[in-house]
Amino acid sequence: MQVTLHQDKCVASGQCVLAAQEVFDQRNEDGVAVLLDDRPPAELHEDVRHAAAVCPALAIALADS
Amino acid sequence: MIVGASVAGLTAAVTLRGKGYDGRLTLIGDEPHTPYNRPPLSKQILAGTWEPDRIKLRTNEELSALDARLLFGRSATGLDTGARRVVLDGGDSVSYDTLVIATGVTPNSLPGAHHLAGVHLLRTLDDALALRADLRREPGVKVAVVGAGFLGSEAAAAARRMRLDVTMIDPRPVPMRRQFGDRIAGLVGRLHKKNGVSMRCGTGVRRFFESRGRVTGLELTDGTLLDADVVVVAIGAAPAVGWLAGSGLELGNGVECDPTCRAAPGVYAAGDVASWHNNHFGCRMRLEHRLNATEQARAVAHNVLGENEPFAPVPYFWTDQYDAHIQAYGIFPADAELAVLHGELEGGHFVVAYGHRGRVVGVLGWNSPCELRKLRQLVVDRAPWAAILPAPRAVWPGRHLSASLR
Ligand SMILES: Cc1cc2nc3c(=O)[nH]c(=O)nc-3n(C[C@H](O)[C@H](O)[C@H](O)COP(=O)(O)OP(=O)(O)OC[C@H]3O[C@@H](n4cnc5c(N)ncnc54)[C@H](O)[C@@H]3O)c2cc1C
Ligand code: SF4
Repeated sequence: MQVTLHQDKCVASGQCVLAAQEVFDQRNEDGVAVLLDDRPPAELHEDVRHAAAVCPALAIALADS
Repeated sequence: MIVGASVAGLTAAVTLRGKGYDGRLTLIGDEPHTPYNRPPLSKQILAGTWEPDRIKLRTNEELSALDARLLFGRSATGLDTGARRVVLDGGDSVSYDTLVIATGVTPNSLPGAHHLAGVHLLRTLDDALALRADLRREPGVKVAVVGAGFLGSEAAAAARRMRLDVTMIDPRPVPMRRQFGDRIAGLVGRLHKKNGVSMRCGTGVRRFFESRGRVTGLELTDGTLLDADVVVVAIGAAPAVGWLAGSGLELGNGVECDPTCRAAPGVYAAGDVASWHNNHFGCRMRLEHRLNATEQARAVAHNVLGENEPFAPVPYFWTDQYDAHIQAYGIFPADAELAVLHGELEGGHFVVAYGHRGRVVGVLGWNSPCELRKLRQLVVDRAPWAAILPAPRAVWPGRHLSASLR
Protein backbone atom coordinates (compact mmCIF):
# COMPACT_ATOMS: atom_id res chain seq x y z
CA MET A 1 0.00 0.00 0.00
CA GLN A 2 1.26 3.44 -1.02
CA VAL A 3 -0.10 6.38 1.01
CA THR A 4 -0.13 9.94 -0.34
CA LEU A 5 -1.06 12.90 1.82
CA HIS A 6 -2.21 16.19 0.26
CA GLN A 7 -1.29 18.68 2.95
CA ASP A 8 -2.76 21.60 1.00
CA LYS A 9 -6.23 20.07 1.40
CA CYS A 10 -5.86 19.01 5.05
CA VAL A 11 -8.14 20.80 7.55
CA ALA A 12 -6.25 19.60 10.63
CA SER A 13 -9.13 17.49 11.91
CA GLY A 14 -6.85 14.85 13.41
CA GLN A 15 -9.13 12.00 12.33
CA CYS A 16 -6.26 10.22 10.58
CA VAL A 17 -4.20 10.27 13.78
CA LEU A 18 -7.13 8.92 15.77
CA ALA A 19 -7.49 6.12 13.21
CA ALA A 20 -3.83 5.25 12.62
CA GLN A 21 -1.34 7.01 14.88
CA GLU A 22 1.54 4.84 13.64
CA VAL A 23 1.11 6.30 10.17
CA PHE A 24 -0.10 9.88 10.72
CA ASP A 25 0.79 12.72 13.05
CA GLN A 26 -0.11 16.40 13.17
CA ARG A 27 2.26 19.38 13.03
CA ASN A 28 2.33 21.15 16.35
CA GLU A 29 1.95 24.68 15.04
CA ASP A 30 -1.12 24.29 12.81
CA GLY A 31 -2.31 20.71 13.12
CA VAL A 32 -1.73 19.88 9.45
CA ALA A 33 -1.20 16.14 9.08
CA VAL A 34 2.21 14.62 8.38
CA LEU A 35 2.85 11.18 7.00
CA LEU A 36 5.08 9.02 9.19
CA ASP A 37 5.09 5.98 6.92
CA ASP A 38 4.08 6.05 3.25
CA ARG A 39 4.31 2.25 2.95
CA PRO A 40 2.75 0.99 6.16
CA PRO A 41 2.94 -2.72 7.04
CA ALA A 42 -0.03 -4.97 6.24
CA GLU A 43 -1.34 -5.08 9.81
CA LEU A 44 -2.00 -1.32 9.63
CA HIS A 45 -3.79 -1.31 6.26
CA GLU A 46 -7.25 -1.56 7.77
CA ASP A 47 -6.60 1.46 10.03
CA VAL A 48 -5.13 3.46 7.15
CA ARG A 49 -8.16 2.66 4.97
CA HIS A 50 -10.35 3.88 7.78
CA ALA A 51 -8.32 7.11 8.02
CA ALA A 52 -8.65 7.73 4.28
CA ALA A 53 -12.38 7.00 4.33
CA VAL A 54 -13.21 9.41 7.16
CA CYS A 55 -10.80 12.25 6.30
CA PRO A 56 -13.26 15.16 5.87
CA ALA A 57 -10.93 16.90 3.42
CA LEU A 58 -10.24 13.90 1.15
CA ALA A 59 -6.56 14.58 1.69
CA ILE A 60 -5.42 10.95 1.91
CA ALA A 61 -5.01 8.88 -1.26
CA LEU A 62 -4.21 5.17 -1.26
CA ALA A 63 -2.80 3.04 -4.02
CA ASP A 64 -1.78 -0.59 -4.21
CA SER A 65 1.94 -1.10 -4.42
CA MET B 1 -31.38 2.47 -3.12
CA ILE B 2 -29.89 5.70 -1.85
CA VAL B 3 -31.59 9.09 -2.22
CA GLY B 4 -29.31 12.14 -1.91
CA ALA B 5 -25.97 12.00 -3.72
CA SER B 6 -23.67 14.05 -1.56
CA VAL B 7 -21.29 13.08 1.23
CA ALA B 8 -23.66 10.83 3.14
CA GLY B 9 -25.27 9.16 0.11
CA LEU B 10 -22.01 8.54 -1.69
CA THR B 11 -20.28 7.29 1.47
CA ALA B 12 -23.10 4.81 2.04
CA ALA B 13 -22.66 3.51 -1.52
CA VAL B 14 -18.87 3.28 -1.29
CA THR B 15 -19.05 1.54 2.09
CA LEU B 16 -21.63 -0.99 0.90
CA ARG B 17 -19.40 -1.93 -2.03
CA GLY B 18 -16.31 -1.91 0.20
CA LYS B 19 -18.01 -4.37 2.55
CA GLY B 20 -18.65 -6.73 -0.34
CA TYR B 21 -22.26 -5.92 -1.23
CA ASP B 22 -22.52 -6.88 -4.90
CA GLY B 23 -26.25 -6.54 -5.49
CA ARG B 24 -28.05 -3.74 -7.29
CA LEU B 25 -27.30 -0.20 -6.15
CA THR B 26 -29.06 3.02 -7.25
CA LEU B 27 -27.92 6.51 -6.23
CA ILE B 28 -30.32 9.38 -6.91
CA GLY B 29 -29.38 13.04 -6.52
CA ASP B 30 -31.08 16.21 -7.73
CA GLU B 31 -27.93 18.27 -8.32
CA PRO B 32 -26.54 18.29 -11.84
CA HIS B 33 -22.94 17.85 -10.63
CA THR B 34 -21.16 14.73 -9.56
CA PRO B 35 -20.86 14.66 -5.74
CA TYR B 36 -18.65 17.31 -4.16
CA ASN B 37 -17.46 18.42 -0.76
CA ARG B 38 -19.33 21.39 0.73
CA PRO B 39 -17.02 22.88 3.40
CA PRO B 40 -14.63 24.49 0.85
CA LEU B 41 -17.60 26.32 -0.78
CA SER B 42 -17.63 29.03 1.89
CA LYS B 43 -13.84 29.00 2.19
CA GLN B 44 -11.52 28.33 -0.80
CA ILE B 45 -14.20 28.36 -3.53
CA LEU B 46 -15.72 31.64 -2.37
CA ALA B 47 -12.29 33.18 -1.89
CA GLY B 48 -11.36 32.05 -5.40
CA THR B 49 -8.25 30.11 -4.35
CA TRP B 50 -9.71 26.75 -5.50
CA GLU B 51 -11.64 25.83 -8.61
CA PRO B 52 -14.58 23.39 -8.47
CA ASP B 53 -12.50 20.48 -9.79
CA ARG B 54 -10.66 20.28 -6.49
CA ILE B 55 -13.71 19.50 -4.40
CA LYS B 56 -15.01 16.46 -6.27
CA LEU B 57 -15.63 13.62 -3.84
CA ARG B 58 -14.76 11.01 -6.47
CA THR B 59 -13.34 11.04 -9.99
CA ASN B 60 -15.59 9.88 -12.82
CA GLU B 61 -13.58 6.65 -13.02
CA GLU B 62 -14.11 5.99 -9.31
CA LEU B 63 -17.83 6.63 -9.75
CA SER B 64 -18.10 4.14 -12.60
CA ALA B 65 -16.11 1.61 -10.59
CA LEU B 66 -18.95 1.70 -8.04
CA ASP B 67 -21.03 -0.26 -10.53
CA ALA B 68 -24.16 1.60 -9.47
CA ARG B 69 -27.03 3.16 -11.36
CA LEU B 70 -26.33 6.89 -10.97
CA LEU B 71 -29.33 9.12 -11.48
CA PHE B 72 -27.94 12.65 -11.12
CA GLY B 73 -30.14 15.63 -11.87
CA ARG B 74 -33.25 13.66 -10.81
CA SER B 75 -35.22 14.25 -7.64
CA ALA B 76 -37.30 11.93 -5.53
CA THR B 77 -40.80 13.30 -5.05
CA GLY B 78 -42.52 10.60 -3.04
CA LEU B 79 -42.06 7.43 -1.02
CA ASP B 80 -44.38 4.46 -0.61
CA THR B 81 -42.94 2.41 2.24
CA GLY B 82 -45.64 -0.28 1.87
CA ALA B 83 -44.88 -1.01 -1.76
CA ARG B 84 -41.20 -0.12 -1.24
CA ARG B 85 -41.11 2.34 -4.13
CA VAL B 86 -39.57 5.79 -4.57
CA VAL B 87 -41.37 8.13 -6.97
CA LEU B 88 -39.17 10.31 -9.19
CA ASP B 89 -39.76 13.76 -10.68
CA GLY B 90 -40.80 12.34 -14.05
CA GLY B 91 -43.61 10.40 -12.35
CA ASP B 92 -41.84 7.06 -12.82
CA SER B 93 -40.96 5.07 -9.73
CA VAL B 94 -38.18 2.71 -8.69
CA SER B 95 -38.53 -0.21 -6.29
CA TYR B 96 -36.11 -1.00 -3.48
CA ASP B 97 -35.38 -3.59 -0.83
CA THR B 98 -33.54 -1.19 1.42
CA LEU B 99 -33.66 2.60 1.25
CA VAL B 100 -31.08 5.05 2.61
CA ILE B 101 -32.35 8.62 2.95
CA ALA B 102 -29.51 11.15 2.65
CA THR B 103 -31.21 14.28 1.33
CA GLY B 104 -29.49 16.72 3.72
CA VAL B 105 -30.96 20.13 4.47
CA THR B 106 -32.35 23.08 2.52
CA PRO B 107 -31.32 26.59 3.57
CA ASN B 108 -34.02 28.79 5.08
CA SER B 109 -34.94 31.84 3.05
CA LEU B 110 -36.07 35.33 4.06
CA PRO B 111 -39.57 36.33 3.00
CA GLY B 112 -39.68 38.95 0.28
CA ALA B 113 -36.01 38.85 -0.67
CA HIS B 114 -35.03 36.04 -2.96
CA HIS B 115 -36.67 37.29 -6.16
CA LEU B 116 -34.08 40.12 -6.13
CA ALA B 117 -30.79 39.86 -7.96
CA GLY B 118 -27.90 40.16 -5.52
CA VAL B 119 -29.58 38.14 -2.76
CA HIS B 120 -27.87 34.79 -2.23
CA LEU B 121 -28.17 31.54 -0.30
CA LEU B 122 -25.08 29.39 0.21
CA ARG B 123 -25.52 25.63 0.10
CA THR B 124 -24.58 24.31 -3.34
CA LEU B 125 -21.65 24.70 -5.70
CA ASP B 126 -23.86 26.78 -8.01
CA ASP B 127 -24.77 29.04 -5.06
CA ALA B 128 -21.09 29.54 -4.21
CA LEU B 129 -20.06 30.31 -7.80
CA ALA B 130 -22.94 32.77 -8.25
CA LEU B 131 -22.05 34.54 -5.00
CA ARG B 132 -18.37 34.62 -5.91
CA ALA B 133 -19.15 36.20 -9.29
CA ASP B 134 -21.40 38.79 -7.65
CA LEU B 135 -18.75 39.73 -5.07
CA ARG B 136 -16.37 40.42 -7.93
CA ARG B 137 -18.75 42.19 -10.29
CA GLU B 138 -17.29 45.59 -9.54
CA PRO B 139 -14.76 47.01 -7.09
CA GLY B 140 -16.13 48.29 -3.79
CA VAL B 141 -19.20 46.08 -3.64
CA LYS B 142 -21.05 46.47 -0.33
CA VAL B 143 -22.01 43.20 1.32
CA ALA B 144 -24.63 42.47 3.98
CA VAL B 145 -24.54 39.05 5.65
CA VAL B 146 -27.80 38.13 7.35
CA GLY B 147 -27.25 35.44 9.99
CA ALA B 148 -24.16 35.15 12.17
CA GLY B 149 -23.87 31.39 12.45
CA PHE B 150 -20.74 29.63 11.21
CA LEU B 151 -21.79 29.86 7.55
CA GLY B 152 -22.52 33.61 7.67
CA SER B 153 -19.29 34.11 9.62
CA GLU B 154 -17.24 32.26 6.99
CA ALA B 155 -18.91 34.20 4.16
CA ALA B 156 -18.16 37.48 5.94
CA ALA B 157 -14.53 36.44 6.38
CA ALA B 158 -14.21 35.54 2.69
CA ALA B 159 -15.68 38.89 1.64
CA ARG B 160 -13.34 40.77 3.96
CA ARG B 161 -10.42 38.90 2.44
CA MET B 162 -11.50 40.49 -0.85
CA ARG B 163 -11.37 43.82 1.04
CA LEU B 164 -15.08 44.42 0.57
CA ASP B 165 -17.21 46.46 2.91
CA VAL B 166 -19.12 43.90 5.07
CA THR B 167 -21.96 44.29 7.58
CA MET B 168 -23.20 41.34 9.59
CA ILE B 169 -26.76 41.29 10.89
CA ASP B 170 -28.31 38.90 13.42
CA PRO B 171 -31.11 39.19 15.94
CA ARG B 172 -28.89 37.46 18.50
CA PRO B 173 -26.36 39.59 20.40
CA VAL B 174 -23.18 37.76 19.26
CA PRO B 175 -22.19 35.43 16.37
CA MET B 176 -22.34 31.61 16.70
CA ARG B 177 -24.07 31.96 20.06
CA ARG B 178 -26.50 29.12 19.46
CA GLN B 179 -23.65 26.69 18.80
CA PHE B 180 -21.13 27.47 21.52
CA GLY B 181 -22.60 29.96 23.99
CA ASP B 182 -21.85 33.56 24.86
CA ARG B 183 -18.21 33.43 25.81
CA ILE B 184 -16.92 31.81 22.61
CA ALA B 185 -19.46 33.79 20.57
CA GLY B 186 -18.08 36.99 22.08
CA LEU B 187 -14.60 36.06 20.87
CA VAL B 188 -15.92 35.39 17.35
CA GLY B 189 -17.66 38.78 17.42
CA ARG B 190 -14.42 40.47 18.39
CA LEU B 191 -12.58 38.60 15.64
CA HIS B 192 -15.01 39.98 13.03
CA LYS B 193 -14.67 43.50 14.40
CA LYS B 194 -10.89 43.27 14.43
CA ASN B 195 -11.05 42.23 10.78
CA GLY B 196 -13.16 45.21 9.84
CA VAL B 197 -16.71 43.79 9.74
CA SER B 198 -19.41 46.17 10.88
CA MET B 199 -21.47 44.16 13.41
CA ARG B 200 -25.21 44.75 13.72
CA CYS B 201 -26.06 42.03 16.17
CA GLY B 202 -29.23 42.24 18.20
CA THR B 203 -31.27 43.46 15.23
CA GLY B 204 -33.12 41.87 12.32
CA VAL B 205 -34.06 42.87 8.78
CA ARG B 206 -37.32 44.77 8.27
CA ARG B 207 -37.30 45.15 4.49
CA PHE B 208 -35.19 45.27 1.35
CA PHE B 209 -34.80 48.12 -1.13
CA GLU B 210 -34.40 47.48 -4.82
CA SER B 211 -33.83 49.15 -8.11
CA ARG B 212 -34.86 47.39 -11.32
CA GLY B 213 -35.01 44.00 -9.68
CA ARG B 214 -31.65 44.28 -7.95
CA VAL B 215 -31.15 44.74 -4.22
CA THR B 216 -29.74 48.14 -3.22
CA GLY B 217 -30.07 48.13 0.54
CA LEU B 218 -32.02 47.13 3.60
CA GLU B 219 -33.75 48.53 6.62
CA LEU B 220 -33.08 46.93 9.99
CA THR B 221 -35.66 46.46 12.72
CA ASP B 222 -33.99 49.23 14.73
CA GLY B 223 -34.60 51.64 11.84
CA THR B 224 -31.02 51.69 10.49
CA LEU B 225 -30.71 51.99 6.70
CA LEU B 226 -27.84 50.16 4.99
CA ASP B 227 -26.60 50.19 1.40
CA ALA B 228 -25.98 46.69 0.04
CA ASP B 229 -25.19 45.41 -3.46
CA VAL B 230 -24.90 41.79 -2.33
CA VAL B 231 -26.85 40.12 0.49
CA VAL B 232 -25.92 36.68 1.82
CA VAL B 233 -28.76 35.00 3.68
CA ALA B 234 -27.42 32.39 6.11
CA ILE B 235 -30.18 31.88 8.64
CA GLY B 236 -30.04 28.13 9.14
CA ALA B 237 -31.48 25.23 7.24
CA ALA B 238 -34.28 22.71 7.49
CA PRO B 239 -34.17 18.95 6.78
CA ALA B 240 -35.07 18.16 3.14
CA VAL B 241 -38.04 15.93 3.95
CA GLY B 242 -40.76 17.49 1.79
CA TRP B 243 -40.70 14.47 -0.53
CA LEU B 244 -41.43 12.17 2.44
CA ALA B 245 -44.80 13.74 3.32
CA GLY B 246 -47.43 11.04 3.60
CA SER B 247 -44.84 8.24 3.66
CA GLY B 248 -45.70 7.32 7.24
CA LEU B 249 -42.14 8.01 8.43
CA GLU B 250 -41.78 10.04 11.63
CA LEU B 251 -40.72 13.51 10.51
CA GLY B 252 -40.00 15.68 13.50
CA ASN B 253 -36.73 17.53 13.31
CA GLY B 254 -35.61 15.47 10.30
CA VAL B 255 -36.20 11.75 9.65
CA GLU B 256 -36.54 10.25 13.12
CA CYS B 257 -34.55 7.06 13.56
CA ASP B 258 -33.74 4.61 16.31
CA PRO B 259 -30.19 4.33 17.74
CA THR B 260 -29.14 2.22 14.72
CA CYS B 261 -30.31 4.99 12.31
CA ARG B 262 -33.26 2.91 11.14
CA ALA B 263 -36.47 4.87 10.47
CA ALA B 264 -38.79 1.97 9.50
CA PRO B 265 -38.36 -1.61 8.26
CA GLY B 266 -35.92 -1.38 5.35
CA VAL B 267 -35.48 2.41 5.68
CA TYR B 268 -32.43 4.16 7.12
CA ALA B 269 -31.27 7.79 7.22
CA ALA B 270 -27.82 9.39 7.40
CA GLY B 271 -26.24 12.84 7.42
CA ASP B 272 -27.83 16.25 7.96
CA VAL B 273 -31.36 14.93 7.38
CA ALA B 274 -31.22 12.22 10.08
CA SER B 275 -32.30 12.55 13.67
CA TRP B 276 -31.40 9.64 15.90
CA HIS B 277 -30.91 8.70 19.52
CA ASN B 278 -27.19 8.92 20.35
CA ASN B 279 -26.69 6.48 23.23
CA HIS B 280 -23.34 8.02 24.19
CA PHE B 281 -25.06 11.25 25.26
CA GLY B 282 -28.43 9.68 26.04
CA CYS B 283 -30.33 12.09 23.82
CA ARG B 284 -31.75 12.54 20.33
CA MET B 285 -29.69 14.67 17.96
CA ARG B 286 -29.49 15.83 14.38
CA LEU B 287 -26.14 17.23 13.25
CA GLU B 288 -25.17 19.39 10.30
CA HIS B 289 -21.51 18.41 10.42
CA ARG B 290 -19.33 17.17 7.65
CA LEU B 291 -17.64 14.33 9.56
CA ASN B 292 -20.94 13.09 10.91
CA ALA B 293 -22.29 12.65 7.38
CA THR B 294 -19.39 10.27 6.66
CA GLU B 295 -19.48 8.41 9.96
CA GLN B 296 -23.23 8.02 10.02
CA ALA B 297 -23.36 6.81 6.41
CA ARG B 298 -20.68 4.24 7.19
CA ALA B 299 -22.64 3.07 10.22
CA VAL B 300 -25.83 2.85 8.16
CA ALA B 301 -24.09 0.80 5.45
CA HIS B 302 -22.87 -1.64 8.10
CA ASN B 303 -26.34 -1.85 9.63
CA VAL B 304 -27.99 -2.36 6.24
CA LEU B 305 -25.72 -5.38 5.89
CA GLY B 306 -26.94 -6.74 9.21
CA GLU B 307 -24.60 -5.45 11.92
CA ASN B 308 -27.35 -3.57 13.78
CA GLU B 309 -24.96 -1.58 15.96
CA PRO B 310 -26.12 1.61 17.65
CA PHE B 311 -24.43 4.69 16.16
CA ALA B 312 -23.04 6.53 19.20
CA PRO B 313 -20.27 8.87 18.08
CA VAL B 314 -18.65 11.89 19.68
CA PRO B 315 -19.56 14.57 17.09
CA TYR B 316 -16.81 16.66 15.49
CA PHE B 317 -17.15 20.07 13.86
CA TRP B 318 -14.77 22.73 12.58
CA THR B 319 -14.96 26.20 11.09
CA ASP B 320 -12.28 28.52 9.68
CA GLN B 321 -12.66 32.29 9.91
CA TYR B 322 -9.74 34.64 9.19
CA ASP B 323 -6.81 33.18 11.12
CA ALA B 324 -9.00 31.29 13.60
CA HIS B 325 -9.32 27.55 13.23
CA ILE B 326 -12.11 26.52 15.60
CA GLN B 327 -12.75 22.82 16.23
CA ALA B 328 -15.09 21.07 18.62
CA TYR B 329 -15.92 17.57 19.85
CA GLY B 330 -19.13 16.66 21.64
CA ILE B 331 -22.23 18.64 22.50
CA PHE B 332 -22.60 22.16 23.92
CA PRO B 333 -25.78 22.53 25.99
CA ALA B 334 -26.83 26.10 26.72
CA ASP B 335 -26.58 25.57 30.48
CA ALA B 336 -23.17 23.84 30.47
CA GLU B 337 -20.29 25.02 32.64
CA LEU B 338 -17.11 26.11 30.92
CA ALA B 339 -13.49 25.54 31.99
CA VAL B 340 -10.25 26.49 30.24
CA LEU B 341 -7.95 23.46 29.97
CA HIS B 342 -5.20 24.86 27.79
CA GLY B 343 -3.99 28.36 26.86
CA GLU B 344 -5.93 31.54 27.56
CA LEU B 345 -9.20 32.80 26.05
CA GLU B 346 -7.52 36.11 25.26
CA GLY B 347 -4.36 34.52 23.88
CA GLY B 348 -5.65 33.23 20.53
CA HIS B 349 -4.84 29.59 21.41
CA PHE B 350 -6.93 27.64 23.89
CA VAL B 351 -9.05 24.59 24.64
CA VAL B 352 -12.19 24.82 26.80
CA ALA B 353 -14.27 21.99 28.22
CA TYR B 354 -18.06 22.04 28.58
CA GLY B 355 -19.50 20.33 31.68
CA HIS B 356 -23.09 19.23 31.96
CA ARG B 357 -24.77 17.21 34.74
CA GLY B 358 -21.41 16.44 36.27
CA ARG B 359 -19.74 15.15 33.09
CA VAL B 360 -17.49 16.55 30.37
CA VAL B 361 -19.75 16.64 27.30
CA GLY B 362 -17.70 18.79 24.93
CA VAL B 363 -14.28 20.30 24.24
CA LEU B 364 -13.63 23.23 21.92
CA GLY B 365 -10.25 24.30 20.58
CA TRP B 366 -9.23 27.63 19.09
CA ASN B 367 -6.04 27.30 17.03
CA SER B 368 -5.04 24.29 19.14
CA PRO B 369 -5.64 21.17 17.01
CA CYS B 370 -3.10 18.88 18.65
CA GLU B 371 -4.08 19.73 22.23
CA LEU B 372 -7.76 19.40 21.33
CA ARG B 373 -7.28 15.96 19.82
CA LYS B 374 -5.64 14.76 23.01
CA LEU B 375 -8.40 16.23 25.21
CA ARG B 376 -11.15 14.63 23.10
CA GLN B 377 -10.78 11.53 25.24
CA LEU B 378 -12.46 13.39 28.13
CA VAL B 379 -15.67 13.44 26.06
CA VAL B 380 -15.27 9.83 24.96
CA ASP B 381 -14.87 8.83 28.63
CA ARG B 382 -17.61 11.20 29.80
CA ALA B 383 -15.06 12.20 32.44
CA PRO B 384 -16.50 13.44 35.73
CA TRP B 385 -16.50 17.25 35.74
CA ALA B 386 -15.15 17.30 39.29
CA ALA B 387 -12.09 15.32 38.17
CA ILE B 388 -10.92 18.01 35.73
CA LEU B 389 -11.74 20.91 38.03
CA PRO B 390 -8.46 21.11 39.96
CA ALA B 391 -6.53 21.40 36.69
CA PRO B 392 -8.20 24.14 34.62
CA ARG B 393 -6.84 27.64 34.44
CA ALA B 394 -10.22 29.33 34.72
CA VAL B 395 -13.78 28.15 35.36
CA TRP B 396 -17.15 29.80 34.85
CA PRO B 397 -20.37 28.57 36.38
CA GLY B 398 -23.30 27.34 34.28
CA ARG B 399 -25.50 29.47 32.09
CA HIS B 400 -22.59 30.91 30.14
CA LEU B 401 -25.29 31.82 27.62
CA SER B 402 -26.63 34.49 29.90
CA ALA B 403 -23.35 35.43 31.56
CA SER B 404 -22.21 38.88 30.58
CA LEU B 405 -19.04 39.11 28.56
CA ARG B 406 -16.03 40.81 29.95
C1 LIG C 1 -21.00 26.20 2.55
C2 LIG C 1 -20.93 25.12 3.58
C3 LIG C 1 -19.79 25.03 4.40
C4 LIG C 1 -19.70 24.02 5.36
N1 LIG C 1 -18.59 23.97 6.16
C5 LIG C 1 -18.52 23.03 7.13
C6 LIG C 1 -17.39 22.98 7.99
O1 LIG C 1 -16.46 23.78 7.90
N2 LIG C 1 -17.35 22.01 8.94
C7 LIG C 1 -18.35 21.10 9.08
O2 LIG C 1 -18.27 20.24 9.97
N3 LIG C 1 -19.44 21.12 8.28
C8 LIG C 1 -19.54 22.06 7.32
N4 LIG C 1 -20.65 22.09 6.49
C9 LIG C 1 -21.71 21.08 6.66
C10 LIG C 1 -21.46 19.84 5.79
O3 LIG C 1 -21.12 20.21 4.50
C11 LIG C 1 -22.72 18.98 5.81
O4 LIG C 1 -22.86 18.49 7.11
C12 LIG C 1 -22.68 17.84 4.81
O5 LIG C 1 -22.64 18.31 3.50
C13 LIG C 1 -23.88 16.93 5.00
O6 LIG C 1 -23.90 15.95 4.01
P1 LIG C 1 -25.24 15.22 3.58
O7 LIG C 1 -24.83 14.27 2.52
O8 LIG C 1 -25.95 14.72 4.77
O9 LIG C 1 -26.20 16.35 3.01
P2 LIG C 1 -26.01 17.32 1.76
O10 LIG C 1 -24.58 17.60 1.55
O11 LIG C 1 -26.94 18.46 1.98
O12 LIG C 1 -26.52 16.47 0.53
C14 LIG C 1 -27.85 16.14 0.30
C15 LIG C 1 -28.02 15.96 -1.19
O13 LIG C 1 -29.32 15.46 -1.46
C16 LIG C 1 -29.91 16.21 -2.51
N5 LIG C 1 -31.37 16.12 -2.39
C17 LIG C 1 -32.18 16.76 -1.50
N6 LIG C 1 -33.47 16.40 -1.69
C18 LIG C 1 -33.48 15.51 -2.72
C19 LIG C 1 -34.53 14.78 -3.38
N7 LIG C 1 -35.80 14.88 -3.00
N8 LIG C 1 -34.17 13.95 -4.40
C20 LIG C 1 -32.85 13.82 -4.78
N9 LIG C 1 -31.83 14.49 -4.18
C21 LIG C 1 -32.15 15.32 -3.16
C22 LIG C 1 -29.35 17.59 -2.30
O14 LIG C 1 -29.46 18.40 -3.45
C23 LIG C 1 -27.92 17.27 -1.95
O15 LIG C 1 -27.13 17.10 -3.10
C24 LIG C 1 -20.76 23.09 5.51
C25 LIG C 1 -21.90 23.20 4.70
C26 LIG C 1 -21.99 24.21 3.74
C27 LIG C 1 -23.22 24.31 2.89
S1 SF4 D 1 -7.99 13.36 8.63
FE1 SF4 D 1 -7.55 14.52 6.76
S2 SF4 D 1 -8.04 16.63 7.29
FE2 SF4 D 1 -7.87 15.52 9.20
S3 SF4 D 1 -5.75 15.83 9.86
FE3 SF4 D 1 -5.81 13.91 8.71
S4 SF4 D 1 -5.35 14.49 6.61
FE4 SF4 D 1 -5.86 16.37 7.68
